[in-house]
Amino acid sequence: MTTHEPHAHVAPQGFIRKYVFSLDHKVIGLQYFFLALVAVFTGMFLSLLMRIHLIWPTASIPLFGDIKPEQYLSLLTMHGTIMVFFVLTTAPQGGFGNYFLPIQIGAPDMAFPVLNMLSFWTTFLGFVVLLAAFFVTGGAPLHGWTGYAPLSALPSAGPGEGLGADLWIISIAIFCIGALMGALNFITTTLDMRAKGMTLMRMPLTCWAWFITAILGLLAFGVLLSAGILLLMDRNLGTSFFVPLSTVNGILTGHKGGSPLLWQHLFWFFGHPEVYIAILPAMGLCSQLLSVFSRKPIFGYKAMVYAILSIGFLGFMVWGHHMFMSGMSPYTAFAFSIMTMGIGVPSAIKTFNWLGTLWRGRLRLASPMLFAIGFVSLFVTGGISGPFLAQPVLDIYLHETYFVIAHFHLIMGVASIFGIFAATYYWFPKMFGRMMNEPLAKLHFWLTFIGAYCIFMPMHYSGMAGQLRRYSQGTEVAWIKELTPIQVFITFAAFVTIASQFIFLFNLFWSMKKGKEASDNPWEATTLEWTTATPPPHDNFGGKTPVVYNGPYEYSVPGAPRDFVMQSDAPVEAKH
Amino acid sequence: MGLVLLVVIWLITLISTYIFIAKVWWLPVGASAAAAGIDHHFTTTFILMGIVFVAAQLALGWFAWKYRDRGPASQAAHYSHGNTTLEAIWTVLTIILFIGLNLASESIWATERFEAAKPDAVQVEVTSMQFAWYFRYPGPDGKFGATRPELEDASLGSAGALGLDSTDPASKDDVVSGVMVVPVNREVEVILRSHDVIHSFFIPAMRFKQDAVPGLAIHMHFTPIQTGEFELACAELCGLGHYKMHGIVKVVSDSEFKQWLAAREAEKQ
Repeated sequence: MTTHEPHAHVAPQGFIRKYVFSLDHKVIGLQYFFLALVAVFTGMFLSLLMRIHLIWPTASIPLFGDIKPEQYLSLLTMHGTIMVFFVLTTAPQGGFGNYFLPIQIGAPDMAFPVLNMLSFWTTFLGFVVLLAAFFVTGGAPLHGWTGYAPLSALPSAGPGEGLGADLWIISIAIFCIGALMGALNFITTTLDMRAKGMTLMRMPLTCWAWFITAILGLLAFGVLLSAGILLLMDRNLGTSFFVPLSTVNGILTGHKGGSPLLWQHLFWFFGHPEVYIAILPAMGLCSQLLSVFSRKPIFGYKAMVYAILSIGFLGFMVWGHHMFMSGMSPYTAFAFSIMTMGIGVPSAIKTFNWLGTLWRGRLRLASPMLFAIGFVSLFVTGGISGPFLAQPVLDIYLHETYFVIAHFHLIMGVASIFGIFAATYYWFPKMFGRMMNEPLAKLHFWLTFIGAYCIFMPMHYSGMAGQLRRYSQGTEVAWIKELTPIQVFITFAAFVTIASQFIFLFNLFWSMKKGKEASDNPWEATTLEWTTATPPPHDNFGGKTPVVYNGPYEYSVPGAPRDFVMQSDAPVEAKH
Repeated sequence: MGLVLLVVIWLITLISTYIFIAKVWWLPVGASAAAAGIDHHFTTTFILMGIVFVAAQLALGWFAWKYRDRGPASQAAHYSHGNTTLEAIWTVLTIILFIGLNLASESIWATERFEAAKPDAVQVEVTSMQFAWYFRYPGPDGKFGATRPELEDASLGSAGALGLDSTDPASKDDVVSGVMVVPVNREVEVILRSHDVIHSFFIPAMRFKQDAVPGLAIHMHFTPIQTGEFELACAELCGLGHYKMHGIVKVVSDSEFKQWLAAREAEKQ
């Protein structure tokens, strides 16, 4: 049961041990959170440059200069890589998961505190190596975040494919190592460190989501790590895992016998579970918030758990839907397509249950709830384009168009980010002891919600009209040129949406110092993090070990003294 | 706040649905035999998913307003952990919808991708390289001559760019063109190749897309049913010139096609 070293309970005193190389999961969670914050503003800034270049191709950017076509491709590669790895994987799991999983299950820390510290610093190193790619000769790679070989394997295939591409691969490999260590820690902690009475089926859905996400990470990142090492060998040691007999500009590459499709299989075997790694924590969190702020038990707790489990399981059987047009056997496309439509079922069940939770609730529309409702809306919108792309017949036309961009940005990008925002507004009082400014939070919500729709909804239209992604300019192909007005609209929507993120940034730092002081349980929620002090002491519960008697979502129980029964409260029998 | 949520969510839903339904932007007019079936299935999927989209968003906005906390005046929330019958109903309905939709489309996929081209199809080898397309016809002998990577030299013209081996008798009558010319109402067998990185051959009007992968020769087919010029473009990130890697498919009458091919043969001799 206790794999936890006792010395970790003694709070360290020195600055370095307390804030830099800390073993405390709460500090490490905040470190992940701030790393993701730096990463998300970096990634957002890159997308701003891309948006500007798309509608003003000759515009010169202050301090940056002209954007050349290859630089546009570097921007999109780095934008995707930073956002997927260092934001969507880092903040929900490494950040909030690290901070709140142990507290929500009643544990004093993660199972392996040293490993936890190592996984953060490994991830941090990965980020530094990735950014370094911008500053080497040739610049950052242009092969996209999916790094399809042979483009990613041949230094002669384009600028950025030299040292920049090596750094990109090394960065991802480092990230994988960090993610694997993190995954082991989350799984062990969930299985071994739960407080007395915290049975698996009493765990908050957030914990279920972090737990299953960790299992996905354990299975997926190992494959990506291996693929990355093979790619590095192709590039530097003359192997040919991914490169067949080929020429660039009529010059033989010296490779033969490799398979470009092998890279895609390995990449997407990681890449598709990665989508769920990004979205599952947000799903768990929004389930939690909809229940807390509707003052109602979650609709169908068991169904929600089974949905998370089946999404995790099916998530490993659908990777081929990224490869319908790749030259993979069309027969396998049939199988992957059925599995992909199948994974839509648990996703739909979750949506029904979210609506069922709101139904006949008593909704408190505070900022975390607004973002949770926004999440459901975005999840539905991003979700319903899935069955188009999951059918090979329709993917023939839609593959690599802006329709795909709209789909995955809404569902794994914006919806997950809404989960991160909701988590920030919700847990900020527990983490920093103060409330965030509510009017600013609401302003931030409205601008971001409407802004995100203005950016991504039109991409469906341009995608249906055939607009291809990863085109640095839309001026060469006649049918794409006609779609310029849509791109102009999107760029202006992006200006407003990006600007409004500074409201969030300001609110975050301002509230740390000036926010209204928070009580221990400002949202009147039931889970264990609200039973302890604000912010929680080093060992989370101040020497006491909580005992759990109730499920996580006992709101408005008839006959109970107040409208919520905490998990550690004496059990209350509902009187109907 | 509940009312604002309702208004905003409903407005977003209705405006975006209107732009879809009004077909302000839509797929281009189809010009191949498969286009009608694909477009029909697109519309079916669109209608079904559209209903789900509108219903879910309207319900979300409605609930946000209807069940908002109105202070002491509002009722306590309904204490319920869910409803197994409802869960079962919507699970089964979703399975039927998703899997049914998928099965309905598989016959088109089978026609497009499981079946080989007919024996009388016009063969065109499409070779891609950074950042150009070359189209090769086998000539009267019906055989493509050998190509060798070490002979590739784009400065020697389009045959040189392919590395065509002039010592191979089958290569003598091969025609290489920078424009794809095909006859109308006859199946075209496309043999896709790439020299360097992955490209993707996309002709929107033909509802045709397939990656060209180095090391593979991928056989595909489509049947143009309308004459005219149709633009094609690369749909897989292939490097800095990706955005300008486009070309033209010219669909002409059978006699014009034969004339064009004969003229190109004559030029060669």
